[in-house]
Parts: sequence; structure tokens; C-alpha cells
Amino acid sequence: MWKVEVIVRLKQNLLDPQGKAVEGAMNNLGYVDIENVRAGKFFEFDLTSSLERKSAELKADDICSKLLANPVIEDYNFTLTEVL
Amino acid sequence: MKFGVVVFPGSNCDQDCFYALNNVLEVPVNYIWHRNQNLEDYDCIVLPGGFSYGDYLRPGAIARFSPVIESVVNYVEKGGLVLGICNGFQILLEAGLLPGAMIKNESLKFVCRDIYLRVESTESPFTEDCEEGEILSMPVAHKDGNYFIDEENLIKLKERDQIVLRYVSSDGTENETGNPNGAIDNIAAITNRQRNVLGMMPHPERSVEKLLGSGSEDGLKLLLSAVSFIKERG
Repeated sequence: MWKVEVIVRLKQNLLDPQGKAVEGAMNNLGYVDIENVRAGKFFEFDLTSSLERKSAELKADDICSKLLANPVIEDYNFTLTEVL
Repeated sequence: MKFGVVVFPGSNCDQDCFYALNNVLEVPVNYIWHRNQNLEDYDCIVLPGGFSYGDYLRPGAIARFSPVIESVVNYVEKGGLVLGICNGFQILLEAGLLPGAMIKNESLKFVCRDIYLRVESTESPFTEDCEEGEILSMPVAHKDGNYFIDEENLIKLKERDQIVLRYVSSDGTENETGNPNGAIDNIAAITNRQRNVLGMMPHPERSVEKLLGSGSEDGLKLLLSAVSFIKERG
């Protein structure tokens, strides 16, 4: 079984108003040396079939590109950890 | 002639669409539950606004995998008419039936107000009864209506005359006040290359009677346009 952890980010060239709003709040909190705040999404799930790493990666990549991220506006990356 | 209004869990403009077509335009309409896959009898499918699946993940991202969407894809390939309004537009984008994607409004706020639109193309079953450059007024109500498409594909959209409506000010000029969400190039509605699918963020079904809202009936023009297109096509 594999534990899959996915991070989805808004593409760098897109304005992230949510990140900007959080950055403003960080500044208001007193941390004035903060910039380039970006907000994203985190997912984790178990891939329960016993697969070779390569096949597990292909499966996770398919799920990310078709569902968890919208490739028009988002980038993603994931890590796989084998659970014994 | 028969219109179909698809109902997803979380749709909330389905009844408004049904009312506008059935009670105001007096054309036959059926609701289509999202698990239904039979679209053979319909002349036009409407994907209504709302919050299908609670907008979880991204607006439209889950609804896009509903059984009905598979049929909508086939329906579109065969030349069937599809109108996606607001969440319906978001679903069409997620399903890849229209290019681009929606991001959060620049203001980060839910925007619900009347806006002005300029008809940019009458080469669409939904605008063929309008004049090019005509100004229409109707409401928007959304938080994720900030249309985005990369530069290369934006150029293609323009070259192929796929931008059907743009946000403008009341005098018809494009500027920041006229654009409620930050959409790239003030885009409010686009069509596909075959021109049988229209996605729009504003709500035509909410401006069909003088008695309601700001009293605009401009939404009717788009719906009537589709009705006459269907009649002519026979």
C-alpha cells in the first residue's frame, strides 16, 4: 500500500488574491518581512493495491491531472511512501 | 421542441431556468437528474447555476464526473445545443467542452449585482437575434467567475471569434468598473469552435420579467434566440 501526499499550487504567473490577503494579515500581525505568500491545497490518500512504485506513480499522476488539479491554472506534485 | 435543465446536487438556479423557459417563454422543459444519461429527445440542454457538490475541490470539478456529463459530451459532438450558466459554465470548463478555467474573483468577494454586457459575436445560436455591439443588462452572482486562459489560447479565442459577451460599463466601454470579477480581457461568455456550446457567468434566467430585479428583460433575448434557432433548424 502507498500513502500519497499531494500539493496543488496556483501557477506562479497567476495572481493569488487569497495569498495576498493572508500576506496582509501576516504584516498586520507584526511580521513585516514576509512576502510572496501563496495559498494552495493539500491532499492525502491511501492507494490500497500492491503496486510497483512506477505504477503507483502513474496512477497518482492520473488522479492529480484529471481531478485534484486543473492543469490550466494549477501545478501539482506528490510524494509516495510505501506503507508496509 | 424540448429543453432540458440538468439538476446536480447543489444546483440552485434550476427552477429559475425552468420558470424562464416554461412560464415566460412557454416552451416545453424537463428536469434531467444528473444520473440520467438519456438526452436524445432534447433540443437544448441547460446546465444551471448553483453550487454543485458544494463547490468542493473547484467549482464544477466533481459535477464534471456526473453520469449526465458523459452524455452531454456525446450530445455536443452530435451538434446538440448546450447552455452553461454560472456554475454550468464552470462545469463546461472542467469537462473540457470549453477552453480556459475559473479562478476566484479578484476581490475575493462573492459578487451579486447587475452588470452590463456587450454582444461581441452574433455567430451563436444564443445571440443571433442580437445586434453586434448591443448592450445587455443582467445580474451576476458568483465568487469564482474570474475567467482565465493563457495568452496563446486567448489569441486563438479572438481569432476564432469565440468571445461572445464581454463585461462593459453602462456606456459600453470596457474598464475596471464594468468587470465584476477580474476576468481576463473582460470575458463574460465564450463558445466552442463548433459554436453549439455557450458558457456564460451572468444569469439570463434572472432577467426575464420587468417586475423583478432591475426590470431588465435582456436575458430573454438570449433564450429567445435559442428558441428561434431551434425552430429554424426544425
